[in-house]
Amino acid sequence: MSKLISLSNAISKYVQDGDSLYAAGFTHLIPFAAGHEIIRQNKRDLILARATPDLIYDQMVAAGCAKKVIFSYMGNPGVGSLRIVRGALERGEIEWEEYSHFGMISRLQAGAAGLPFMHMMPTAATSLEEANPRIKRVIDPYSGKELIAVPALNPDVAIIHVQRADLNGNAHLWGIIGEQKEAAFAAKKVILTAEEIVDEEIIRSDPNRTLIPGFIVDAVCHVPHACHPSYAQGYYDRDNTFYMAWDKVSKTQESVQAWLDEWVYGTKNHEEYWQKLGAKTHKKLEVEEMLSAPINYGKY
Amino acid sequence: MTATFSSAELMIVNSARMLRDGDVVFVGVGQPNLACNLAKRTHAPNLTMIYEAGVIGAEPARLPLSIGDPTLASGALSICSMYDIFANYLQRGNVDVGFLGGAQIDRFGNINATIIGNDYENPKVRLPGSGGAELIAAWANRCYIMTPHQKRRFPEKVDFMTSAGFLHGRAEREASGVRGGGPLAIVTDIGILNPDENGELTLTALHPGRNAEEAIENTGWELKIASKLKSTTPPNNEELRILYEELDPDGLYLKRK
Repeated sequence: MSKLISLSNAISKYVQDGDSLYAAGFTHLIPFAAGHEIIRQNKRDLILARATPDLIYDQMVAAGCAKKVIFSYMGNPGVGSLRIVRGALERGEIEWEEYSHFGMISRLQAGAAGLPFMHMMPTAATSLEEANPRIKRVIDPYSGKELIAVPALNPDVAIIHVQRADLNGNAHLWGIIGEQKEAAFAAKKVILTAEEIVDEEIIRSDPNRTLIPGFIVDAVCHVPHACHPSYAQGYYDRDNTFYMAWDKVSKTQESVQAWLDEWVYGTKNHEEYWQKLGAKTHKKLEVEEMLSAPINYGKY
Repeated sequence: MTATFSSAELMIVNSARMLRDGDVVFVGVGQPNLACNLAKRTHAPNLTMIYEAGVIGAEPARLPLSIGDPTLASGALSICSMYDIFANYLQRGNVDVGFLGGAQIDRFGNINATIIGNDYENPKVRLPGSGGAELIAAWANRCYIMTPHQKRRFPEKVDFMTSAGFLHGRAEREASGVRGGGPLAIVTDIGILNPDENGELTLTALHPGRNAEEAIENTGWELKIASKLKSTTPPNNEELRILYEELDPDGLYLKRK
Protein backbone atom coordinates (compact mmCIF):
# COMPACT_ATOMS: atom_id res chain seq x y z
CA MET A 1 0.00 0.00 0.00
CA SER A 2 1.42 3.36 -1.01
CA LYS A 3 2.33 5.72 1.83
CA LEU A 4 3.19 8.55 -0.53
CA ILE A 5 1.77 11.87 0.66
CA SER A 6 2.88 15.49 0.47
CA LEU A 7 5.34 16.70 3.10
CA SER A 8 2.83 19.28 4.21
CA ASN A 9 0.20 16.59 4.83
CA ALA A 10 2.73 14.35 6.58
CA ILE A 11 3.77 17.07 9.01
CA SER A 12 0.21 18.10 9.73
CA LYS A 13 -0.91 14.50 10.24
CA TYR A 14 2.04 13.09 12.21
CA VAL A 15 3.63 15.99 14.13
CA GLN A 16 1.56 17.34 17.02
CA ASP A 17 2.32 20.24 19.37
CA GLY A 18 4.31 18.93 22.34
CA ASP A 19 5.73 15.93 20.49
CA SER A 20 9.30 14.76 20.87
CA LEU A 21 11.05 14.73 17.53
CA TYR A 22 14.28 13.29 16.16
CA ALA A 23 15.26 14.77 12.79
CA ALA A 24 18.09 12.41 11.95
CA GLY A 25 21.38 12.76 10.11
CA PHE A 26 24.92 13.45 11.30
CA THR A 27 25.86 16.40 9.05
CA HIS A 28 24.60 14.32 6.10
CA LEU A 29 20.96 13.95 4.94
CA ILE A 30 19.59 16.43 7.48
CA PRO A 31 15.87 16.83 6.66
CA PHE A 32 15.75 20.63 6.42
CA ALA A 33 12.63 20.61 4.20
CA ALA A 34 10.65 18.93 6.99
CA GLY A 35 12.05 21.36 9.57
CA HIS A 36 10.93 24.29 7.43
CA GLU A 37 7.47 22.78 7.00
CA ILE A 38 7.17 22.39 10.79
CA ILE A 39 8.02 26.10 11.08
CA ARG A 40 5.44 27.02 8.42
CA GLN A 41 2.79 25.02 10.24
CA ASN A 42 3.62 26.86 13.46
CA LYS A 43 4.10 23.71 15.57
CA ARG A 44 4.76 24.50 19.23
CA ASP A 45 6.32 23.04 22.42
CA LEU A 46 8.31 20.40 20.58
CA ILE A 47 11.10 18.46 22.28
CA LEU A 48 13.86 18.50 19.69
CA ALA A 49 16.43 15.72 19.99
CA ARG A 50 19.51 15.45 17.76
CA ALA A 51 23.16 14.63 18.48
CA THR A 52 24.05 17.86 16.70
CA PRO A 53 21.15 20.34 16.67
CA ASP A 54 22.77 21.90 13.59
CA LEU A 55 21.10 24.78 11.75
CA ILE A 56 17.83 22.86 11.40
CA TYR A 57 17.12 23.15 15.15
CA ASP A 58 18.67 26.64 15.31
CA GLN A 59 16.01 27.69 12.81
CA MET A 60 13.20 25.82 14.58
CA VAL A 61 14.17 27.28 17.97
CA ALA A 62 14.36 30.76 16.37
CA ALA A 63 10.83 30.23 15.03
CA GLY A 64 9.56 29.36 18.51
CA CYS A 65 8.78 25.69 17.83
CA ALA A 66 10.75 24.22 20.75
CA LYS A 67 10.30 23.95 24.48
CA LYS A 68 13.35 21.73 24.95
CA VAL A 69 16.44 20.49 23.10
CA ILE A 70 18.31 17.23 23.75
CA PHE A 71 21.81 17.16 22.26
CA SER A 72 25.43 16.06 22.49
CA TYR A 73 27.23 18.73 20.45
CA MET A 74 25.68 22.16 20.09
CA GLY A 75 27.80 23.92 17.50
CA ASN A 76 27.65 25.08 13.90
CA PRO A 77 29.80 22.25 12.48
CA GLY A 78 33.10 23.57 11.18
CA VAL A 79 32.08 27.18 11.81
CA GLY A 80 31.65 27.75 15.56
CA SER A 81 28.78 28.63 17.82
CA LEU A 82 25.17 27.65 17.23
CA ARG A 83 23.97 31.08 18.22
CA ILE A 84 20.20 30.74 18.56
CA VAL A 85 20.14 27.55 20.64
CA ARG A 86 23.11 28.76 22.65
CA GLY A 87 21.44 32.09 23.40
CA ALA A 88 18.19 30.36 24.38
CA LEU A 89 20.13 28.14 26.81
CA GLU A 90 22.17 30.99 28.27
CA ARG A 91 19.03 33.06 28.83
CA GLY A 92 17.16 30.07 30.23
CA GLU A 93 14.43 30.34 27.61
CA ILE A 94 14.26 26.64 26.81
CA GLU A 95 14.99 23.46 28.69
CA TRP A 96 17.84 21.19 27.67
CA GLU A 97 19.25 17.75 28.29
CA GLU A 98 22.81 16.90 27.37
CA TYR A 99 24.89 13.77 26.68
CA SER A 100 28.13 12.82 24.96
CA HIS A 101 27.72 11.63 21.36
CA PHE A 102 27.96 8.02 22.48
CA GLY A 103 25.47 8.63 25.28
CA MET A 104 23.02 10.22 22.87
CA ILE A 105 23.37 7.52 20.23
CA SER A 106 23.19 4.79 22.87
CA ARG A 107 19.85 6.24 23.97
CA LEU A 108 18.55 5.76 20.43
CA GLN A 109 20.11 2.31 20.20
CA ALA A 110 18.26 1.29 23.37
CA GLY A 111 15.05 2.76 22.00
CA ALA A 112 15.53 0.96 18.71
CA ALA A 113 16.19 -2.37 20.39
CA GLY A 114 13.24 -2.19 22.77
CA LEU A 115 15.50 -1.97 25.81
CA PRO A 116 14.89 0.37 28.78
CA PHE A 117 18.48 1.65 28.80
CA MET A 118 21.89 1.13 27.25
CA HIS A 119 25.11 0.84 29.14
CA MET A 120 28.60 1.96 28.25
CA MET A 121 32.06 1.97 29.78
CA PRO A 122 32.83 4.80 32.24
CA THR A 123 34.94 7.69 30.94
CA ALA A 124 36.25 9.08 34.27
CA ALA A 125 34.84 12.51 33.34
CA THR A 126 31.96 12.89 35.79
CA SER A 127 30.78 16.50 35.43
CA LEU A 128 28.01 15.74 32.93
CA GLU A 129 26.88 12.76 34.99
CA GLU A 130 26.59 15.10 37.99
CA ALA A 131 24.72 17.70 35.92
CA ASN A 132 22.31 15.30 34.22
CA PRO A 133 20.51 12.98 36.69
CA ARG A 134 19.32 10.74 33.84
CA ILE A 135 22.89 9.49 33.39
CA LYS A 136 23.22 6.73 35.97
CA ARG A 137 25.46 3.88 37.10
CA VAL A 138 24.62 0.19 36.91
CA ILE A 139 26.57 -2.80 38.12
CA ASP A 140 27.86 -5.34 35.62
CA PRO A 141 26.40 -8.57 37.10
CA TYR A 142 29.40 -10.55 35.87
CA SER A 143 32.37 -8.48 37.05
CA GLY A 144 30.66 -6.36 39.71
CA LYS A 145 32.16 -3.24 38.13
CA GLU A 146 30.24 -0.05 37.46
CA LEU A 147 28.98 0.92 34.01
CA ILE A 148 27.29 4.09 32.79
CA ALA A 149 23.63 3.82 31.82
CA VAL A 150 21.53 6.14 29.68
CA PRO A 151 17.75 5.81 29.24
CA ALA A 152 16.12 4.71 25.99
CA LEU A 153 15.02 7.51 23.69
CA ASN A 154 11.76 6.73 21.89
CA PRO A 155 10.79 9.92 20.07
CA ASP A 156 7.15 10.41 19.09
CA VAL A 157 8.31 11.14 15.54
CA ALA A 158 11.51 10.50 13.59
CA ILE A 159 12.09 12.34 10.35
CA ILE A 160 14.57 10.63 8.07
CA HIS A 161 15.78 11.74 4.67
CA VAL A 162 17.06 9.07 2.28
CA GLN A 163 18.47 8.96 -1.22
CA ARG A 164 15.78 6.61 -2.52
CA ALA A 165 12.71 4.80 -1.28
CA ASP A 166 9.82 2.88 -2.76
CA LEU A 167 6.17 3.78 -2.19
CA ASN A 168 6.04 1.63 0.95
CA GLY A 169 9.03 3.34 2.54
CA ASN A 170 11.69 0.68 2.01
CA ALA A 171 14.70 2.96 1.93
CA HIS A 172 18.25 2.98 0.60
CA LEU A 173 20.82 5.23 2.27
CA TRP A 174 24.52 5.50 1.65
CA GLY A 175 27.40 7.77 2.58
CA ILE A 176 27.52 8.81 6.24
CA ILE A 177 24.73 6.83 7.88
CA GLY A 178 25.00 8.38 11.36
CA GLU A 179 21.90 7.37 13.32
CA GLN A 180 19.04 7.15 10.81
CA LYS A 181 18.40 3.44 11.30
CA GLU A 182 18.41 3.73 15.09
CA ALA A 183 16.15 6.80 15.03
CA ALA A 184 13.66 5.09 12.72
CA PHE A 185 13.39 1.95 14.85
CA ALA A 186 13.29 3.96 18.10
CA ALA A 187 10.48 6.31 17.04
CA LYS A 188 6.75 5.73 17.38
CA LYS A 189 6.07 7.33 13.97
CA VAL A 190 8.44 7.66 11.00
CA ILE A 191 8.22 10.29 8.28
CA LEU A 192 10.49 9.53 5.37
CA THR A 193 11.51 12.13 2.80
CA ALA A 194 13.36 10.93 -0.28
CA GLU A 195 15.38 12.36 -3.14
CA GLU A 196 13.85 9.76 -5.44
CA ILE A 197 10.88 7.44 -5.33
CA VAL A 198 11.85 4.19 -7.05
CA ASP A 199 10.25 0.87 -7.89
CA GLU A 200 10.41 -1.86 -5.26
CA GLU A 201 12.50 -3.77 -7.79
CA ILE A 202 15.33 -1.23 -7.41
CA ILE A 203 15.24 -1.65 -3.62
CA ARG A 204 15.26 -5.45 -3.99
CA SER A 205 18.28 -5.23 -6.33
CA ASP A 206 20.47 -4.21 -3.37
CA PRO A 207 18.91 -5.32 -0.07
CA ASN A 208 22.06 -4.72 2.00
CA ARG A 209 21.57 -1.01 1.36
CA THR A 210 18.02 -1.02 2.79
CA LEU A 211 18.61 0.35 6.27
CA ILE A 212 14.95 1.10 6.90
CA PRO A 213 12.17 -1.40 6.09
CA GLY A 214 8.89 0.05 4.86
CA PHE A 215 6.74 -1.54 7.55
CA ILE A 216 8.09 0.81 10.25
CA VAL A 217 7.46 3.87 8.04
CA ASP A 218 4.24 5.90 8.26
CA ALA A 219 4.65 8.47 5.51
CA VAL A 220 6.77 8.69 2.36
CA CYS A 221 7.30 12.13 0.84
CA HIS A 222 9.06 12.87 -2.41
CA VAL A 223 11.23 15.92 -1.65
CA PRO A 224 14.25 16.41 -3.91
CA HIS A 225 17.04 18.60 -2.49
CA ALA A 226 15.37 18.34 0.92
CA CYS A 227 18.67 18.63 2.80
CA HIS A 228 19.95 22.03 1.73
CA PRO A 229 22.22 23.41 3.25
CA SER A 230 23.14 19.86 4.34
CA TYR A 231 23.69 17.39 1.51
CA ALA A 232 22.74 14.06 -0.02
CA GLN A 233 25.76 11.96 -0.97
CA GLY A 234 26.00 11.64 -4.73
CA TYR A 235 23.10 14.07 -5.32
CA TYR A 236 24.37 17.50 -4.22
CA ASP A 237 27.12 19.00 -2.10
CA ARG A 238 27.01 20.56 1.35
CA ASP A 239 26.50 24.32 1.07
CA ASN A 240 29.38 25.37 3.31
CA THR A 241 28.91 29.00 2.27
CA PHE A 242 25.43 28.88 3.79
CA TYR A 243 26.74 27.41 7.06
CA MET A 244 29.30 30.22 7.26
CA ALA A 245 26.73 32.88 6.32
CA TRP A 246 24.34 31.57 9.02
CA ASP A 247 26.92 32.63 11.59
CA LYS A 248 26.13 36.23 10.64
CA VAL A 249 22.39 35.79 10.00
CA SER A 250 21.94 34.27 13.45
CA LYS A 251 23.68 37.14 15.26
CA THR A 252 20.48 39.09 15.87
CA GLN A 253 16.82 38.20 16.37
CA GLU A 254 15.91 40.68 13.62
CA SER A 255 18.14 39.17 10.95
CA VAL A 256 16.99 35.63 11.79
CA GLN A 257 13.37 36.71 11.64
CA ALA A 258 14.01 38.39 8.28
CA TRP A 259 15.64 35.19 7.01
CA LEU A 260 12.72 33.04 8.19
CA ASP A 261 10.24 35.52 6.64
CA GLU A 262 11.97 35.41 3.31
CA TRP A 263 13.05 31.79 3.03
CA VAL A 264 10.55 29.76 5.10
CA TYR A 265 7.30 31.70 5.65
CA GLY A 266 7.83 33.37 2.26
CA THR A 267 8.03 30.10 0.32
CA LYS A 268 5.06 27.78 0.09
CA ASN A 269 7.06 24.57 -0.04
CA HIS A 270 10.55 23.17 -0.49
CA GLU A 271 10.40 23.24 -4.27
CA GLU A 272 9.88 27.01 -4.11
CA TYR A 273 12.72 27.36 -1.55
CA TRP A 274 15.06 25.39 -3.83
CA GLN A 275 14.15 27.41 -6.92
CA LYS A 276 14.64 30.63 -4.96
CA LEU A 277 18.25 29.60 -4.24
CA GLY A 278 18.87 30.11 -7.95
CA ALA A 279 20.82 28.55 -10.77
CA LYS A 280 24.19 29.72 -9.50
CA THR A 281 23.77 27.91 -6.18
CA HIS A 282 22.35 24.82 -7.91
CA LYS A 283 25.42 24.76 -10.15
CA LYS A 284 27.80 25.19 -7.21
CA LEU A 285 26.23 22.24 -5.39
CA GLU A 286 26.33 19.87 -8.35
CA VAL A 287 28.48 16.79 -7.85
CA GLU A 288 30.43 14.74 -10.34
CA GLU A 289 29.51 11.07 -10.67
CA MET A 290 31.62 8.42 -8.90
CA LEU A 291 29.94 5.00 -9.15
CA SER A 292 30.65 1.97 -6.98
CA ALA A 293 31.62 -1.28 -8.66
CA PRO A 294 28.53 -3.49 -9.11
CA ILE A 295 28.26 -6.59 -6.93
CA ASN A 296 26.72 -9.94 -7.78
CA TYR A 297 23.99 -11.22 -5.44
CA GLY A 298 23.61 -14.33 -7.63
CA LYS A 299 20.41 -15.85 -8.97
CA TYR A 300 19.23 -18.76 -6.78
CA MET B 1 66.95 32.46 15.47
CA THR B 2 63.83 34.61 15.53
CA ALA B 3 60.33 33.15 15.51
CA THR B 4 58.76 33.63 12.12
CA PHE B 5 56.17 30.89 12.26
CA SER B 6 52.50 31.40 12.97
CA SER B 7 50.83 29.75 15.96
CA ALA B 8 48.82 27.51 13.64
CA GLU B 9 51.93 26.36 11.76
CA LEU B 10 53.79 25.50 14.97
CA MET B 11 50.87 23.59 16.49
CA ILE B 12 49.94 21.70 13.34
CA VAL B 13 53.46 20.70 12.32
CA ASN B 14 54.53 19.62 15.80
CA SER B 15 51.32 17.63 16.30
CA ALA B 16 51.74 15.93 12.93
CA ARG B 17 55.20 14.75 13.96
CA MET B 18 53.75 12.93 16.98
CA LEU B 19 51.76 10.59 14.75
CA ARG B 20 53.42 7.27 13.91
CA ASP B 21 53.17 5.44 10.63
CA GLY B 22 50.41 2.84 10.95
CA ASP B 23 48.47 4.73 13.62
CA VAL B 24 44.69 4.63 13.57
CA VAL B 25 43.72 8.20 14.39
CA PHE B 26 40.37 9.72 15.35
CA VAL B 27 40.47 13.01 13.46
CA GLY B 28 38.76 16.26 14.43
CA VAL B 29 38.02 19.13 12.08
CA GLY B 30 40.21 22.16 11.64
CA GLN B 31 43.79 22.02 12.84
CA PRO B 32 43.82 18.32 13.85
CA ASN B 33 42.58 17.45 10.39
CA LEU B 34 45.46 19.41 8.87
CA ALA B 35 47.95 17.74 11.22
CA CYS B 36 46.76 14.23 10.31
CA ASN B 37 46.73 14.90 6.59
CA LEU B 38 50.20 16.45 6.83
CA ALA B 39 51.55 13.40 8.66
CA LYS B 40 50.00 11.11 6.06
CA ARG B 41 51.71 13.03 3.26
CA THR B 42 55.11 13.05 5.00
CA HIS B 43 56.31 10.40 7.47
CA ALA B 44 53.11 8.41 8.06
CA PRO B 45 51.67 7.26 4.72
CA ASN B 46 49.97 4.32 6.42
CA LEU B 47 47.93 6.46 8.80
CA THR B 48 44.28 5.37 8.96
CA MET B 49 42.02 8.37 9.51
CA ILE B 50 38.72 7.77 11.30
CA TYR B 51 36.04 10.44 11.65
CA GLU B 52 33.35 10.37 14.34
CA ALA B 53 30.66 10.57 11.66
CA GLY B 54 31.48 6.89 11.06
CA VAL B 55 34.05 7.09 8.28
CA ILE B 56 37.07 4.77 8.40
CA GLY B 57 40.12 5.22 6.19
CA ALA B 58 39.05 8.52 4.66
CA GLU B 59 41.13 9.94 1.81
CA PRO B 60 39.67 13.45 1.58
CA ALA B 61 40.25 15.01 -1.83
CA ARG B 62 39.56 18.48 -0.43
CA LEU B 63 39.75 20.06 3.01
CA PRO B 64 36.50 19.22 4.81
CA LEU B 65 34.87 22.16 6.60
CA SER B 66 32.78 19.87 8.76
CA ILE B 67 33.42 16.48 10.31
CA GLY B 68 30.72 14.99 8.08
CA ASP B 69 31.77 16.35 4.70
CA PRO B 70 30.90 14.22 1.65
CA THR B 71 34.55 14.14 0.57
CA LEU B 72 35.23 11.92 3.58
CA ALA B 73 32.76 9.28 2.39
CA SER B 74 33.80 9.06 -1.26
CA GLY B 75 36.68 6.60 -1.52
CA ALA B 76 36.75 5.69 2.19
CA LEU B 77 37.61 2.16 3.32
CA SER B 78 34.41 1.76 5.29
CA ILE B 79 31.46 3.70 6.65
CA CYS B 80 29.52 2.61 9.72
CA SER B 81 26.85 4.03 12.02
CA MET B 82 27.75 6.42 14.82
CA TYR B 83 26.91 3.72 17.35
CA ASP B 84 29.43 1.40 15.72
CA ILE B 85 32.19 4.00 15.47
CA PHE B 86 31.98 4.77 19.19
CA ALA B 87 31.39 1.16 20.30
CA ASN B 88 33.41 -1.10 17.98
CA TYR B 89 36.18 1.31 17.14
CA LEU B 90 36.67 3.63 20.11
CA GLN B 91 35.27 1.82 23.17
CA ARG B 92 36.68 -1.53 22.02
CA GLY B 93 40.19 -0.06 21.83
CA ASN B 94 40.81 0.09 18.11
CA VAL B 95 41.88 3.74 18.07
CA ASP B 96 45.53 4.63 18.66
CA VAL B 97 45.34 8.41 18.69
CA GLY B 98 42.74 11.07 19.40
CA PHE B 99 43.04 14.82 19.08
CA LEU B 100 41.33 17.10 21.57
CA GLY B 101 40.85 20.78 22.16
CA GLY B 102 38.77 22.87 24.51
CA ALA B 103 38.13 26.22 26.11
CA GLN B 104 40.02 25.19 29.25
CA ILE B 105 42.77 22.67 29.95
CA ASP B 106 43.93 22.31 33.54
CA ARG B 107 47.06 21.28 35.40
CA PHE B 108 46.29 17.57 34.96
CA GLY B 109 45.15 17.77 31.35
CA ASN B 110 41.42 17.68 32.10
CA ILE B 111 39.40 19.52 29.47
CA ASN B 112 36.35 21.76 29.57
CA ALA B 113 34.30 22.25 26.41
CA THR B 114 30.90 22.70 28.08
CA ILE B 115 30.43 25.86 30.17
CA ILE B 116 32.39 28.80 31.54
CA GLY B 117 31.46 29.43 35.17
CA ASN B 118 30.47 27.00 37.87
CA ASP B 119 26.68 26.94 37.46
CA TYR B 120 25.66 24.38 34.85
CA GLU B 121 22.01 25.40 35.02
CA ASN B 122 22.81 29.09 34.48
CA PRO B 123 25.94 29.13 32.35
CA LYS B 124 27.78 32.42 31.90
CA VAL B 125 29.01 31.13 28.56
CA ARG B 126 27.55 28.03 26.98
CA LEU B 127 30.04 26.08 24.82
CA PRO B 128 29.14 23.29 22.34
CA GLY B 129 29.70 20.41 24.80
CA SER B 130 31.33 17.01 24.50
CA GLY B 131 30.46 15.66 21.09
CA GLY B 132 32.90 12.77 20.88
CA ALA B 133 35.56 14.34 23.11
CA GLU B 134 34.61 12.66 26.42
CA LEU B 135 34.91 9.24 24.75
CA ILE B 136 38.12 9.97 22.82
CA ALA B 137 39.81 11.25 26.00
CA ALA B 138 38.86 8.06 27.83
CA TRP B 139 39.41 5.36 25.24
CA ALA B 140 42.00 6.37 22.62
CA ASN B 141 45.41 4.90 23.46
CA ARG B 142 47.14 8.29 23.15
CA CYS B 143 45.64 11.78 23.12
CA TYR B 144 47.15 15.00 21.90
CA ILE B 145 45.79 18.45 22.60
CA MET B 146 46.36 21.49 20.41
CA THR B 147 45.64 24.90 21.92
CA PRO B 148 46.98 28.45 21.93
CA HIS B 149 48.92 29.10 25.15
CA GLN B 150 46.78 31.61 27.05
CA LYS B 151 46.19 32.04 30.77
CA ARG B 152 42.39 31.85 30.47
CA ARG B 153 42.75 28.56 28.61
CA PHE B 154 45.07 27.08 31.25
CA PRO B 155 43.33 27.43 34.63
CA GLU B 156 44.52 25.48 37.66
CA LYS B 157 41.21 23.58 37.57
CA VAL B 158 38.57 23.36 34.81
CA ASP B 159 35.10 24.79 35.52
CA PHE B 160 33.54 21.60 34.11
CA MET B 161 35.28 18.33 33.29
CA THR B 162 33.97 17.45 29.84
CA SER B 163 36.87 15.07 29.16
CA ALA B 164 39.20 13.38 31.59
CA GLY B 165 42.91 13.97 31.63
CA PHE B 166 44.67 12.65 34.74
CA LEU B 167 41.87 13.85 37.07
CA HIS B 168 43.76 14.96 40.22
CA GLY B 169 46.83 12.90 39.39
CA ARG B 170 47.92 9.93 37.30
CA ALA B 171 47.10 7.37 39.99
CA GLU B 172 43.48 8.51 40.03
CA ARG B 173 43.11 7.98 36.29
CA GLU B 174 44.70 4.57 36.55
CA ALA B 175 42.38 3.62 39.41
CA SER B 176 39.35 4.70 37.37
CA GLY B 177 39.97 1.83 34.99
CA VAL B 178 39.53 3.78 31.74
CA ARG B 179 41.45 2.03 29.00
CA GLY B 180 43.16 4.99 27.24
CA GLY B 181 46.53 6.43 28.20
CA GLY B 182 45.29 10.02 28.57
CA PRO B 183 46.85 13.19 27.19
CA LEU B 184 50.47 12.54 26.19
CA ALA B 185 51.27 16.02 24.90
CA ILE B 186 49.77 19.48 24.73
CA VAL B 187 51.10 21.38 21.76
CA THR B 188 50.77 25.14 22.17
CA ASP B 189 52.10 28.09 20.20
CA ILE B 190 54.86 28.53 22.81
CA GLY B 191 56.03 24.95 23.21
CA ILE B 192 55.07 21.47 24.31
CA LEU B 193 53.76 20.30 27.67
CA ASN B 194 53.99 16.66 28.73
CA PRO B 195 52.54 15.04 31.84
CA ASP B 196 55.13 14.18 34.50
CA GLU B 197 55.07 10.96 36.54
CA ASN B 198 52.13 12.36 38.55
CA GLY B 199 50.26 13.48 35.42
CA GLU B 200 50.99 17.18 35.96
CA LEU B 201 51.53 19.11 32.74
CA THR B 202 55.14 20.23 32.53
CA LEU B 203 56.89 22.40 29.96
CA THR B 204 59.37 20.16 28.14
CA ALA B 205 60.08 21.98 24.88
CA LEU B 206 59.99 25.46 23.41
CA HIS B 207 59.42 26.53 19.84
CA PRO B 208 62.21 28.56 18.21
CA GLY B 209 62.38 32.08 19.62
CA ARG B 210 60.04 31.44 22.56
CA ASN B 211 61.08 31.33 26.22
CA ALA B 212 59.99 29.65 29.44
CA GLU B 213 58.93 32.95 31.04
CA GLU B 214 56.27 33.42 28.37
CA ALA B 215 54.92 29.94 29.09
CA ILE B 216 54.89 30.61 32.84
CA GLU B 217 53.10 33.95 32.40
CA ASN B 218 50.47 32.38 30.19
CA THR B 219 49.67 29.47 32.48
CA GLY B 220 47.16 29.69 35.33
CA TRP B 221 49.10 27.51 37.76
CA GLU B 222 52.73 27.41 38.82
CA LEU B 223 54.07 25.74 35.70
CA LYS B 224 56.81 23.16 36.17
CA ILE B 225 59.72 23.41 33.75
CA ALA B 226 61.63 20.29 32.75
CA SER B 227 65.28 20.33 33.80
CA LYS B 228 66.40 19.68 30.23
CA LEU B 229 64.24 21.99 28.13
CA LYS B 230 64.26 20.93 24.49
CA SER B 231 63.82 23.06 21.41
CA THR B 232 61.39 21.98 18.69
CA THR B 233 62.66 21.67 15.14
CA PRO B 234 61.18 24.51 13.08
CA PRO B 235 58.60 23.61 10.43
CA ASN B 236 60.46 22.89 7.20
CA ASN B 237 59.68 24.16 3.72
CA GLU B 238 58.14 20.91 2.56
CA GLU B 239 55.76 20.77 5.54
CA LEU B 240 54.71 24.36 4.93
CA ARG B 241 54.30 23.77 1.20
CA ILE B 242 51.99 20.81 1.79
CA LEU B 243 49.95 22.79 4.30
CA TYR B 244 49.49 25.88 2.14
CA GLU B 245 49.44 24.43 -1.36
CA GLU B 246 47.89 20.99 -0.95
CA LEU B 247 45.83 20.97 2.24
CA ASP B 248 44.43 24.48 2.72
CA PRO B 249 44.80 26.27 -0.61
CA ASP B 250 41.76 28.47 0.11
CA GLY B 251 43.08 29.65 3.46
CA LEU B 252 40.16 28.30 5.51
CA TYR B 253 42.32 27.58 8.54
CA LEU B 254 45.72 29.02 7.67
CA LYS B 255 45.95 32.76 7.19
CA ARG B 256 48.21 33.86 4.36
CA LYS B 257 51.26 35.87 5.39
